[in-house]
Amino acid sequence: MKKVTNPIRTAIVRKVVDENYRVKTIELECDLPKALPGQFLMVWVPGAGEKPMSIGNSNPLTISVANVGKVSGELHELKPGGMVSFRGPLGKPFNIPERAKCILVVGGGYGVVPMYFLAKVARENKIDTLAVVGAKTAKDIVWEKQLFTVCKEVFITTDDGTRGMKGNVLAEAQRLIEGKKIDSVYACGPERMMEAVARLCMQHNVPCEVSVERYMKCGVGVCGSCAIGGKLCCVDGPVFSAQEALSFPEFGKAHRDASGRRI
Amino acid sequence: MASLECAFFKKRIKNPIILASGVLGMTKGSLEAACENGCGGVIAKSLTLEPRKGHDGPNIVETECGLLNAMGYPNPGIESGLAEFGGWARDEALIISIVGKDAGEFGQLAARVEEAKKTLGASAIEAAISCPHTPGYGTMAGQGTPESIKEITRAIKDKCSLPLIIKLSPSIPGEGKAAKAAEDAGADAINMGNSLGPGMKIDLARRKPILGFGVGGLTGPAIKPIIVRAVHDIYRSVKIPIIGTGGITTGEDAIEMMMAGASWVSAGSAVYYRGPKAFGEIAKEMKAWMEGNGVKSLPEITGCCP
Repeated sequence: MKKVTNPIRTAIVRKVVDENYRVKTIELECDLPKALPGQFLMVWVPGAGEKPMSIGNSNPLTISVANVGKVSGELHELKPGGMVSFRGPLGKPFNIPERAKCILVVGGGYGVVPMYFLAKVARENKIDTLAVVGAKTAKDIVWEKQLFTVCKEVFITTDDGTRGMKGNVLAEAQRLIEGKKIDSVYACGPERMMEAVARLCMQHNVPCEVSVERYMKCGVGVCGSCAIGGKLCCVDGPVFSAQEALSFPEFGKAHRDASGRRI
Repeated sequence: MASLECAFFKKRIKNPIILASGVLGMTKGSLEAACENGCGGVIAKSLTLEPRKGHDGPNIVETECGLLNAMGYPNPGIESGLAEFGGWARDEALIISIVGKDAGEFGQLAARVEEAKKTLGASAIEAAISCPHTPGYGTMAGQGTPESIKEITRAIKDKCSLPLIIKLSPSIPGEGKAAKAAEDAGADAINMGNSLGPGMKIDLARRKPILGFGVGGLTGPAIKPIIVRAVHDIYRSVKIPIIGTGGITTGEDAIEMMMAGASWVSAGSAVYYRGPKAFGEIAKEMKAWMEGNGVKSLPEITGCCP
């Protein structure tokens, strides 16, 4: 019998953590050993819909969800013992160059979630990780404690100076790229931030990858909703090299909504 | 040397493999990428009068024998859509697809395409009257009857001078009669194929249908024999050329569809099974089959199966 490549799986919720006023972390009674940092799940809530969510940890499988709509709203209602259904892991992961000794991860807002997973895997491979975390204000910082457990150093910036350095991640990232021997850089967060990090790395000739987000529907390269440049976020991404991301005319400039209209 | 080159209305295209509507074609960039990956032509995402966000997800679910989908015609609407796809200057053919709730809407859409015709660069217009999972459209609106087909075909021909392709559902009775109705009303080609169904897949853990819309259309290898049979019937009922759409993932699938009577084939789910380069691979396999079997050009095989 022919097998289904991407079956829907259902796992039991082990733990729900309130990260802040809008983000909850959901840990499942399930490991996903095949999942790699940068990959995502299509999370299905029957009756509400299906949305892509980045993987924060594969063991135990963990996602972090901001309450922004119908699907995430339902996920926020979950208690231990509840059910989460998903397809995945999907998409292309981050790549760490061979013989890398030290990488830099830059996370904006809850973009730090997949960065924790990347730093954890780097640490398992005896690679040091430096992290720059950016947020609007102190209460928007998530997964800080987890990052400290897997990173060599963590630098925090907030737009209003309520935590860490006042300002955005770019100045800190630049200081580290110029001051330390960094083999590659990874960014996940608001697109303008990633665009700036990508340009910075291109200028300094440091390999860089960014995690791009687009309105996604099928998640498996068929429907075309998440098109960017001539590529699809779901199967060609969500991780793109800085060079490729910067070659997309829309990167940092325009998104599309559920109907495909440019916004 | 076998050649896949063929006519597509006023154009010569490099091969008869056309990207099916609704797959990848949300942006001009994606259509161009499909061409780079080997298509001879592309059918853009179907456009409605107003923007539609489509059904809630899941929109696609894989089954053991094909894909079930219920997209619900997400599209940016005719105005944004024509702006997105317009200015087509490639050698591959661009086909604009329209969907309306009734003949009146099809007429309005056709009039907009006609207005944009000069700068659009499209080779044909396609009217999909065959979606099995969108209320108000396609088979859910009874658009598959010969009377309805005639009315819609006339409404479009009345407003738009581009060659008109009528896209029929394989889920209607009497595909031959339906195609004849389109031909009698002035259609220039038939596209036999859309997803079959509707069908359903239930998740055992949740005990619920997986698709957000509950039901959806089946595509992929499972439906190919039904499309081959329907194309075979239509070939015997009409003189206008046929596009065969459904379950084509290999060059041999395409050859089979052409033997049944198709002049061109279109593929969609193939990108799920073989990735975006599926079109070029299908073309290569078609050519290899032709060379291995002493076939020099495609008209030799179209409709050769009695």
